[in-house]
Amino acid sequence: MGIRSGTAGVLVPPVEYDPQTAEALEDFVDVGPGGEVISYTWVSRPRPLQPLQRPFAYALIKLDGADSSLLHIVDVGGDAVKMEIGMRVAPRWKAERKGEITDIEAFVAEGEARPAPPVLGGDLRPVKSIITPVRLEYDFSAGREQSIFLRALATGKILGARSPGGDLVYVPPRGADPRTAEPTPELVEVSDKGTVVTYSIIRVPSENIDFELPYVCINVLLDGSDIPFFHVLQNCELDAVRLGMRVRAKWLPPDERVESVESIQYFEPIDEPDVPFEDFKEYC
Amino acid sequence: MRDVAIVSFAQSNAECEVRNEVEILQPVSAEAVKASGLARDEIDFTCSGSSDWLQGQPFAFVMALDAVGSWPPIKESHVEQDGAWALYEAWVKIQTGEVDSALIYSFGKTSPGDIGQVQALQLDPYCVTPLWPDFDSVSAIQARVCLTAGVVTEKQMAQVAARSMPDACDNPNAVRKGEFSVEELLAKPYSASPLRDHDCPANSDGATAMVVVAGDRAKELCDRPVWIRGFDHRIDPPALGVRDLTRLPSAAVAAAKAGAVEDKIDFAEITAPYSHQEILLRREMGIGDDVRVNPSGGSLAAHTLMSCGLNRIGDAAMRIASGDGDRALAHAGQGPCLQQNLVIVLEGE
Repeated sequence: MGIRSGTAGVLVPPVEYDPQTAEALEDFVDVGPGGEVISYTWVSRPRPLQPLQRPFAYALIKLDGADSSLLHIVDVGGDAVKMEIGMRVAPRWKAERKGEITDIEAFVAEGEARPAPPVLGGDLRPVKSIITPVRLEYDFSAGREQSIFLRALATGKILGARSPGGDLVYVPPRGADPRTAEPTPELVEVSDKGTVVTYSIIRVPSENIDFELPYVCINVLLDGSDIPFFHVLQNCELDAVRLGMRVRAKWLPPDERVESVESIQYFEPIDEPDVPFEDFKEYC
Repeated sequence: MRDVAIVSFAQSNAECEVRNEVEILQPVSAEAVKASGLARDEIDFTCSGSSDWLQGQPFAFVMALDAVGSWPPIKESHVEQDGAWALYEAWVKIQTGEVDSALIYSFGKTSPGDIGQVQALQLDPYCVTPLWPDFDSVSAIQARVCLTAGVVTEKQMAQVAARSMPDACDNPNAVRKGEFSVEELLAKPYSASPLRDHDCPANSDGATAMVVVAGDRAKELCDRPVWIRGFDHRIDPPALGVRDLTRLPSAAVAAAKAGAVEDKIDFAEITAPYSHQEILLRREMGIGDDVRVNPSGGSLAAHTLMSCGLNRIGDAAMRIASGDGDRALAHAGQGPCLQQNLVIVLEGE
């Protein structure tokens, strides 16, 4: 189906407004189902999310009765030489259709197309949403300083970056002093003990967190550092959590530690007097 | 209008970076600030261009601030676009009189993800993204439209690559360079027909930084300020099938509004990720056959997404600053089949 515009003829897919005048459009017209290939390119190695997992063509197809062209794919059985400008094509429909562009599995040579399946008439309910599954994979590189930080966790140490001039230590190190943008090449070990400077009690589940609900997230100011460090608190009654309380990292056994903050299982309270609020209020 | 000059510029491009974005950007931004002659706290405004989709990390653009310094608190803004558009925002802000100088930066690290999939997310989310066409594919479709219409030939496309890659040999920031004959290039296989590998951008990871300053202060800071004489950006409709893909009306209008055609230009630095797009851009922006295009090698030599447009502007400015030309056109293009186009006209003092 296309839509008639004042300046550009029948547009497929339909757009809500005229591309030149912005006039609202509402005159829907049937187009196709056959059409002509205006341009194409050949995909010899399809990506995982692409519609066919054997070689195919992306093509601009001008459907009969339309003045613009539709981007879709053409399936010629993996044989690139069958593609040509001006070839006649028609849709191959999916058996089960949902009201999405991928209901057309592919366009095929017109002679091979079967008649269009019956249209489920009379359904004028608005399509409120469509679902397009997106899966993007990244090979994340932590960078120079964070790599050193992560490797140190595997050996049971927490490293920070000393600011040029030496007055502040940032955990984790990121490569630059955020105040001045100077590089921070000097890394120093900080304590695995610290002071809770703020916390939150978590009562909603999260897919990749195994802690039993409810549990406590803390920002802990590690001794020798100047930026609070985020982790989880365990072995503490919910109503006993408080600002200023002293805690220490509970590490995995040495042979189970990895290059990840997961080498620290959690933090737990230790028997040391609370730190007065005045001493850490800058970090809350 | 206030006169605004580019007073310093720095960039880095590499085929594949192991450093994180902060570590890539920090030395580049430090170099540009130092070369400007201004102290960091003398720069009034900071504006950046990047895309979190490349990192796969929400608010990655905020974390990048570690690399430019933000204490005491700075006046700062960000565009989800090539850094050339961040430069435009900074230039407009200087025109308002609110600020007199700006640091512009951008960065892009595409190697961790699949750039083809990430760029498909820029397309119409209802009717196009579900088919996951990558930019090589949609650009190849554009190239074939142009070939069929007789607007370009495969030989002309190969000529663009055969000229760009040797030019890139003088550019320490190029990641693809070399000497090739047109015949050699035409003998190579198609990667996305009718495009061959050398017709497609040399994707790279990197960062860019630039300092601009208004008025007489710019003259105090550098021997030869490079003045921004015209600046405009325009956009074409999003639906690929609605556009005449042999034309780039937004580039033509931007060039005209920026005043690029009013006087002769000595050279041009333009963002043409695909070889046929250089031919289209030349025609739309009125760049004559006698004008040298992309002495840097352009996007066929290094294409750091989100930075490549600002790199073209910086390359042109540095060339003028060194006395190699007086007036240049620089262009940034983004989006499928160069849907968005920005033109700046630069002139040496």
